Formats: sequence, structure tokens, C-alpha cells
Amino acid sequence: MKYLTFAAATLGATAATTFLVPSATAQTPELTVYTYDSFVSDWGPGPQIEKAFEAVCECDLNLVGLGDGAALLARLKLEGERSDADVVMGLDTSLIAAAKETGLFAETPVSADYDLPIEWTDTVFAPYDWGYFAFVHNKDLDAPANFKALGESDLKIVIQDPRSSTPGLGLLMWVKAAYGDEAPAIWEAMADNVVTVTKGWSEAYGLFLEGEADMVLSYTTSPAYHLIAEEDDSKAAAAFDEGHYMQIEVAGALAGSDTPELAAEFLNFMVSDAAQAILPTTNWMYPAVIPEGGLPAGFETLTTPEKALLTPADEVPAIRAEALDEWLNALSQ
Amino acid sequence: MAQRAVAISPVAGIGAATCVVVLILAALGAVLSRADLVAGLRLSAADWAAIRFTVSQAAVSALLSVILAIPVARALARRRFVGRAALVTLLGAPFILPVIVAVLGLLTVFGRNGWANDALDAVGLPQVSIYGFHGVVLAHVFFNLPLATRLLLQGWQQIPAERFRLGAQLRLTPRAMFRAVELPMLAQVVPGVAALIFAICLTSFAVALTLGGGPRATTVELAIYQAFRFDFDLGRAALLSVVQLVLAGGLSLLALQFVPQISVGGGLDRAVMRWDAGGRGRRVLDTGVIALAATFLLLPLTAVILRGAVGLPQMPGSVWYAAGVSIAVAGASIVVMLALALPMAGWIAIRRGGGTEAVGLLGLSASPLMIGTGWFILINPVADPFDFALPVTIAVNAMMALPFALRTLVPPMRDTVATYGRLSASLRLRGWRFWRIVLLPRLRAQIGFAAGLTGALSMGDLGVIALFADPERVTLPLQMYRLMGAYRMEAAAGAALLLLALSLGVFWLCDKGGRWRAEA
Repeated sequence: MKYLTFAAATLGATAATTFLVPSATAQTPELTVYTYDSFVSDWGPGPQIEKAFEAVCECDLNLVGLGDGAALLARLKLEGERSDADVVMGLDTSLIAAAKETGLFAETPVSADYDLPIEWTDTVFAPYDWGYFAFVHNKDLDAPANFKALGESDLKIVIQDPRSSTPGLGLLMWVKAAYGDEAPAIWEAMADNVVTVTKGWSEAYGLFLEGEADMVLSYTTSPAYHLIAEEDDSKAAAAFDEGHYMQIEVAGALAGSDTPELAAEFLNFMVSDAAQAILPTTNWMYPAVIPEGGLPAGFETLTTPEKALLTPADEVPAIRAEALDEWLNALSQ
Repeated sequence: MAQRAVAISPVAGIGAATCVVVLILAALGAVLSRADLVAGLRLSAADWAAIRFTVSQAAVSALLSVILAIPVARALARRRFVGRAALVTLLGAPFILPVIVAVLGLLTVFGRNGWANDALDAVGLPQVSIYGFHGVVLAHVFFNLPLATRLLLQGWQQIPAERFRLGAQLRLTPRAMFRAVELPMLAQVVPGVAALIFAICLTSFAVALTLGGGPRATTVELAIYQAFRFDFDLGRAALLSVVQLVLAGGLSLLALQFVPQISVGGGLDRAVMRWDAGGRGRRVLDTGVIALAATFLLLPLTAVILRGAVGLPQMPGSVWYAAGVSIAVAGASIVVMLALALPMAGWIAIRRGGGTEAVGLLGLSASPLMIGTGWFILINPVADPFDFALPVTIAVNAMMALPFALRTLVPPMRDTVATYGRLSASLRLRGWRFWRIVLLPRLRAQIGFAAGLTGALSMGDLGVIALFADPERVTLPLQMYRLMGAYRMEAAAGAALLLLALSLGVFWLCDKGGRWRAEA
């Protein structure tokens, strides 16, 4: 008898899937968005964004998490024109030039009044959030005011490898943008401050929380997480007077998308109030367009740099190669 | 030499070995097919520096791990004490932890504010830093000493009790016993174990990078990673993958060639009684060695457990789902590994040279990123790669574990074939019947160990899944990294503890199953 029940249950389940599911999906258009891992995780913006967008689009939003920004681009290059993705979200200004080179992206349908420290002119990618790179430390630390002071101090820092992580690359661009040809000397001075270099952000931040270093390369918005989510106000980001390099996260539609209207709708949704209000306390970045309700409480305590640094996207590839060589030379001594 | 008694057909083994080679070479070929080879590939000065660093740290790590493992395994082989079995199982733990978990555990002990430095401070000694070449070696020994110990311990258990009885009757001193009985076994087992650990350390890059302290600690695997991820230079990535394959495969091949063919002969499988191990001095020595090793290995694990216990209640439900996926992947990896390893071990056991075993090392020395990318390129034109995320992960995990399985299975299988091959052949026990009646029952312990190791390794692996993953197919280690990425360090520590428990659990189950109703 037991077997019979089991068989009946299986049949019933099969029947249910055969008859119900296809009819449900046949009518609903589907939008596939490639993004980075932490975006789609339960505690990231993914679930809320999905719910909010599906409430207005009458579609099925399929968010796919793929490593980080660099991994996203590599994945896209692998798939080429066969890609199922309609939208790619999570590249940053360091990757825009390489992304455009693939020829896979369409002009952006988004035009918004961005609240960015710089003027946004790119016609292919639309920014959805941004932040400043910064060294995060415990509040009781007497933090240096710039890279030169850091190099002269005996503070210990943890950074990420620019060859395997996007913040690591951001630091290279930061030093290069602030000091240009002087960058090698800055790195040589900092070499004895670097406790170690990690593969990615998680490892570095973990080491810092373990007390292995006085400061870690992260974002000015990192203390907001500790403050808002953990009610812990012991972390701060050091303000550097030469300015802070920005990471602007962007989204773009693929030219090969089979639902271009839906892709455009999604990109516009990402800069709308509904999405922008979700990002600060899930992605822990600044929104690209400040929502009507303003920034969440706690963000006003964050370090706001006097000066925003950013290398124009088309100059990144050449500068990156030079900066990487300089970094390797200075730290291999 | 007279015709060797062969009760095993090599066909299945050759088939399995071909599978492995095809799986890897097809991936390499696929990457090359998409590479832009016009640029003229050459290894840069930085690449050579990476190769030098990779080889030297791997050689030192392998040598040190094996040398330190010999006294530990010897002490464990000679002693029976309460909790020995638990200790031996626990010693397997470091090897299977995700790198970041193990590193954070190590830092709790050896880090800037770690227990070791606190102790040094207390007695007024200067602090030690864990970063640099010695940090890399320390971490690699932490990872691999337990593995080497387990493999050597199995070597000791292969020595028939009668040898020790005879030695005792001849009143051999412990030193003479070592030379006459134990050294020949070591000569047989050590080169293979060292080659294996060398290959493992060769492909490590997160450990080397984190504890090496920066660009000096660049490994070939990091260069491959960079070529794939940032430069998307498939030609360079393929070239570096070949370099890694040749280094690990070639040097291991060399090591295996020097393995002398010594059969320890048939015995009665009794408990190993050690008449030579008496005496207070030797007892104190063994106890000290075991205590030292246990402290070195268990303190960082304790740190992982203490921290994880705090984080467990904070884990979101999705972590449990990811744990379920990981368990399924681990189970499937075990099945695939056994389907590959058993026929291959049989084939290697009836051959005279050890070179074939290097085929097994291919799976370990190939970069998971290269295999993943290659198979992505192959699958993408015909099907959705997402659907193959788990099968590819399972296949790669099984191949990663293959060399460990072979290292464990081959020596006893070789002995069994040498001892029982002729008898079995004369009784017309061939093929499957020989496997079922003679080989499998005698190899139970080794099969259980290999299966446990595969399951545990697969549980902690974060290689291919990251390339193929989508939200529905997230494994536990990946989920742990996602938690860290969202600043949820405590919940991540909880996930790490869960991972540790699951890995140890699957290892314990398989290992225990293999030794059920048998004397370890």
C-alpha cells in the first residue's frame, strides 16, 4: 500500500507541474539580470528589488549572481552574443571601457538627474549607486590625513590584491589619480605599512575585525553597516585630504536582449525612488539619485570627502596597466 | 620474471584514466580554441618569479609536512589510548576547511593579538609575525600535516603484525625495528605522499596571498586567476595552466618513479602489537609528540568552533538550504570518485611502474578555474551552463580527490594482488568476482577513508561553483562568503562551524563505515 500511495503522490505532483507551471510562465515575460553575488543574497538588495519590480512590471525578474564585477564581465565575454542576459548590473567605472569593447551593450535608455559628485555623461551605462573607497579603522585610532602621513606612520593596513579584486584595483587607481607620477614613491613609503594583501574584500575585512591591522581598505559607507545594522558606532573611515576615489556601480542593457522594452523599464526602475531607497541599507552604498525620503538615519555620520577622484573610463585600461607594474615593483622589494 | 598473476582486467582502469585525461584536456583545448594566439605567448619575468615562488614554497611545505608527520604517525601507530579514534578523525579537519576559515583560525592562535603572542608577551618575549614565507609554510603544514599523518598511519597499519612479533622475538631494538620493518614501508609511502602534498601546495593561492604578505607571494594559480578574470587573456591563462600541469604532474611523476617496489607480504590482519614500544622514555616521547601535534592542529579549530557557536543563531534559513545542496554534491562526488578511483587503482596495482598514478594528479594540478571555464565554453553553445553547475562541480570535486584516493588505495591493492592474485587466479576468481570476494573486503578501510576525504573536500570546495553558480545552486562555502560580503561576519562564522561539522561528519561516517567491525 505504501508504494501505491507514493506512486499516486508522484503522479499527482508531476501532473501539477505539467499543467500549472508552463501555463503560468508562458504568459509572463522574463527578464534576466546578471549581477554580482552579494546583490542577490538574502541580505542584499536582490530580494527587495525583485519584489518591488515584479509588483509593477507584470514580469518575472530573474536575478543571477556571478562573483563580482570582474567575474561578471569575464562571464559575459565567455557567453558572447549567445548570452541569455538582458541586463548586466554591477560593473564599475574601471570596467566600463572593457565592457564597451565587447560591443554587446546597447545605448542606455536612462536619463536621470543624478546626485553624483561628478557629472555623468556615459551613454551606454547608467549608474545606480556609488561610494568612496576609504580606510576603515576603530574610532580610537588617530588616523592619518593622507597617503603620505600613512606612509610615514607605523600603522598597519590590510589591502586587497588588484589582480583578484575590484577594491584592490580601486586603491591602485586612487593613488594614481591623487599622485600621478609620484605614485611609485607613495607605494614605496607604504610598503612597510602593508601587513598583507588578500584575494578579496571579505578576507581583508575579516583580518581587520580580527585585529590583524589598524586599518582596512573598504568604503566610507562601511561604518554605516556597523552603526545601523549592529548599533555599533566604534568604526570610522579615515578622511584623506588628497580626495577619495569613487566607485560608481553601473547597469547596462545588452543589445541582444529579446525584451528591450522590459530591460529599459528595469533600468529606469533602478534609478527610481522605489529602488534607490532600498540600496543604502542593503548594498551599503550611496544611492545614485537621492530618494524623496532622503538618506537613512546614520548616513549623516559618515565621512564625506572634500574631493572626489575618478579616472575617466576610457583612460582606465592604460593607467591600470602602468599602476599595476608600479605597485608590483614597489611591494616586491 | 615469471608471468605476473593478474586477476584484474586493466580495461576499466584505462577507461577511467582516459575519462580523467579527456575531461581535463578537453577543457584546456576549449580555452585554447577561444584564445587569441596571435600575440605570441611568452612567460614574462613576473611569471618566472611566480613559478619560482610557487615551487619553492610547495617544496618546503611538502617536505616539512611529511618529516613532521613521520613521528606523529609512528606515535599514533604504537599507542592505544582513550579518544585515539576521535583524535585521528579530528586531525582530518584542517585539510577540508575553506581557506579563509582555516586562516582566521590560525590567526586566532598566531596572529597579532593571537594566543601565541599573548603568551610570548606574558613572559616578556618579542612578538612573532605570521606573515611572510614562513606564514605560508606554517599554514600549509597546518593543512597538510594531518593528511600526511593519516596516509602514513595507513602505511603502518599495512605492516603485518607478524613482522613486529618476529622483530620482538629477535629482540630488535626500536632503532633496528625501525630500520628493518618501518623504513621499507616509509620508503614506499613517503615519496607519493610528498608528491601529493607538493601538488596541493602548488595550486594554492588564497593561503599564499593572504599569509605571504603581498606581491612577493604570487603563485601560478593567482596568475591564472588574473589572466581569466581581469585580462580575460585566454591564451595566457591556458599557457599558465599548462605550466602548472607540467610542474605538478612532472615533478610528481619524478617522485613516483623513485618509489621502490616493496611488498610487505601477507599477514593475518591482527591488531598491531608493538613489543618494542614499551619503556617509560618511549612512552613519554610518543605522548609528547601526539600532544604537540594535537595542540598545533586543534587550537585553531577550537577558535573556529568558539566563534561559530556565537554566530550559529544568527544564520539565515538559506544557509541550511545551501548546506543541503552541499551534502548532495558531496554524496555525488563520492560516487563519481569511487567509480574512477577503484578501476584506476586496480590498473595501477597490476602495473610495475608507478607512473600511471600521475594521471590521478592531473585532476589536482589542473586549475579549477581552467576546467570550469573550458567546460563552460564547451557546454554553452549546446545547453544552458547553469543546468550543468552541479554536475561539473561534482566531476571536478571527484577529480580533485582522485589522487588522495589513489595514494590510499594503490599500495594495499598492490599487496593484495601480489599476495592473493595467484591463488585467486588458480581458483578462477577473476574480474568482478575477484573484486567482490578478495579486493573490496580487504580494502574496506581505505575505501572508507577515500570516500570520507572526497566527501569532506567536496563539502568545503569553492572552486567551480563560483563560476557557474546561480541563486538556486549555492553551496555552503559560497553562502559563507556571501555572508562575509554582506558584513555578516558572525553569521559567516556560524556557517563556517556548520561546514566544519558537516565535513567532519561525512568523513567520520564514511571512515567509520569502512572500518566497521574491523580493527583499525
